[in-house]
Amino acid sequence: MTAAGAFAPPEVAISVEGLSKKFGDRLVVDNLTMSVRRGQIYGFLGPNGSGKTTTIRMLCGLLTPDAGHGTCLGLDIRTQSREIRKHVGYMTQKFSLYTDLSVRENLEFVARLYGVPRPEDAAQQALVRLGLEGRGRQLAGELSGGWKQRLALGACILPAPQLLLLDEPTAGVDPQARREFWAQIHDLAAEGLTVLVSTHYMDEAERCHEIAYIAYGHLLARGTVAEVVAGSGLVTYVVDVARDGRDPGAVIAALSKALSGNPAVKMVAPFGISLHVSGHDADALEAAIAPFRAQEGLSWRRETATLEDVFIDLMMRSQDMLR
Amino acid sequence: MSAPPDIAGFFRRVAAMVRKEFIQLRRDRVTFATMIAIPLLQLILFGYAINTTPRHLPTAVLVHENTAASRAILAALKNTAFFSLTHEPADDAEAEHLIRGGDVLFLVEIPAGFERALRRGETPQLLVAADATDPVASGNALGALSGVVSSALARERFVDAAGTAPFEIVQHRRYNPAGTSQLNIVPGLLGTILTMTMLIFTALSVTRETERGTMESLLSMPIHPVEIMLGKIIPYVLVGVMQGVLILGAGMILFSVPLEGSLLLLSAGTLLFITANLATGYTFSTLAQNQLQAVQMTFMYFLPNILLSGFMFPFAGMPVWAQWISECLPLTHYLRMVRGILLKNAGFADLQSDIAILAVLMLVSMGIAVARFRQTLD
Ligand SMILES: Nc1ncnc2c1ncn2[C@@H]1O[C@H](COP(=O)(O)OP(=O)(O)O)[C@@H](O)[C@H]1O
Ligand SMILES: [Mg+2]
Repeated sequence: MTAAGAFAPPEVAISVEGLSKKFGDRLVVDNLTMSVRRGQIYGFLGPNGSGKTTTIRMLCGLLTPDAGHGTCLGLDIRTQSREIRKHVGYMTQKFSLYTDLSVRENLEFVARLYGVPRPEDAAQQALVRLGLEGRGRQLAGELSGGWKQRLALGACILPAPQLLLLDEPTAGVDPQARREFWAQIHDLAAEGLTVLVSTHYMDEAERCHEIAYIAYGHLLARGTVAEVVAGSGLVTYVVDVARDGRDPGAVIAALSKALSGNPAVKMVAPFGISLHVSGHDADALEAAIAPFRAQEGLSWRRETATLEDVFIDLMMRSQDMLR
Repeated sequence: MSAPPDIAGFFRRVAAMVRKEFIQLRRDRVTFATMIAIPLLQLILFGYAINTTPRHLPTAVLVHENTAASRAILAALKNTAFFSLTHEPADDAEAEHLIRGGDVLFLVEIPAGFERALRRGETPQLLVAADATDPVASGNALGALSGVVSSALARERFVDAAGTAPFEIVQHRRYNPAGTSQLNIVPGLLGTILTMTMLIFTALSVTRETERGTMESLLSMPIHPVEIMLGKIIPYVLVGVMQGVLILGAGMILFSVPLEGSLLLLSAGTLLFITANLATGYTFSTLAQNQLQAVQMTFMYFLPNILLSGFMFPFAGMPVWAQWISECLPLTHYLRMVRGILLKNAGFADLQSDIAILAVLMLVSMGIAVARFRQTLD
């Protein structure tokens, strides 16, 4: 039997406190604390360069934290990273299987390294599971983006890990492949696997049980999607432009310009022929939009902020904070 | 938490690595072709033109009488730039050991009664044995010998400067009586080609994985750096053996290079040398940031190997500082070993110091490689 099979994971799969990482003088991850329960799908969001990859690498022992401590599957991330590696599947942001090995050879290599019994059979089963049976002999480097991602995930789960760390697994993958991918992630989580997944896609964030938003190394928000939205205190109005003779694009542009100067309006974002106008102070926002509410051809309605509004707001606020 | 050592796991992971490297090597047609083409091309191109002006060749003198004549001869030998009197063996056996082990290139023997015979006009014999393995190194010196000795004896008024030499120099070119250059060059090429190819392939192996991003994935899996290193070195040991067979085979067919000594000793020494080079290449691989740097390091290392190992210029002709550098290069020791075994029937006893130094160099570079290998991406 593999070592992974005998390993009973604790209820808390990831628990880290005060994690920090510097590259030279730059603090890339700053005092990060988070905890992920077993069987959860935990979304890790944040703009590029915010430290997501760095955090994931610290979790699986590829980087040594400069400060902080924590456990992964109950094992200390500083001292037991060799043990952690046996039970964690890490899918790197960049495709990192061997492009000059065939699909099957890549899977067999992984199986052998982890000591999976009968690696040829394990690779064959993985091929079938991945729907890659016909492509076993194809070089991994010749696969298209979607298939590469599928193969990378397949290689990660082949040794039956307890925790999956997926770093932007669906970047550059078409919507259908993404949907299938997420269906698979949910199946795995249902079997008790814990999944930490970083992403830029809002729809993917909404598929997670919980999310954490990190910007410039700081964890800014975490919880379920509803909690994060509620916690933001963002008030959003959606303005629809009527399709009467005038150019709706021009109307939106003009309105956007007029509103964005107002200090009560934190964010103005066009979505097709509607505009999202958000602020933190409901009364002040109300006052700011009052002059435009009567304008002909516009219909105003108050809505809960979208996750994207919340994230963009969080990012802008953190920029102000750090400046 | 200390787990028992996982021996089976160790072999399993090394085997998985070796297998992977072999598949990759097989797929890389250009590299594969290079590994066969380089030795053959170099053997044919290099096989002919190497010239040198050797000086200060180490010489052993075995003097059976202490007379004015013998002192004059020794002083004269010392004064030429060709010879350097480094050893005074006590007897024939010791002298034999010196020349066979490559410690000296010449053995000059002044027999007892030389001066007396000279005075009586009996034309005594001065015995000179030369290690002609490297004919360029020994040839010039041998050519000069007669003149040097004549003029020395003339100065001391043992002989008439104008007259014919009243003594006879008995020259004995050993190991390579015909003075064929190729006999020296083939072993030299064996060493340099192995150095070059072994270094370059391993130097690229780790940096390639780092550059392609596969190292991140590999490091996140349960495999130890030592296992990675062994897995990457072992396939190239076989490649090196293949190249060695190719070069020696071609050398024997094209240039009739003999194999005087033991094939077993040659194989064992070659294996040691290959491994030492692979370990060195692997060390470069862990030091370099990218493949280009790895290639540059390899060339930086290769240059002194070519110039100082005794491949291009005789070791004996080098200044002391260069000889010290040379002693630290695996190639120097390997060349002595291969020339000794192929041409001089040198045995383990003759070569043990070279073998020992090779082993030490191999262990040191392996140690550095393992210590340098980053288990994290820090
Ligand atoms: N090895 C490294 N050396 C120096 N800087 C690094 C290194 N890795 C990442 N960084 C920097 O740290 C920051 C965070 O990077 P990363 O964790 O990759 O962010 P994300 O994955 O969220 O896009 C970036 O600005 C990046 O340039
Ligand atoms: Mg990243």
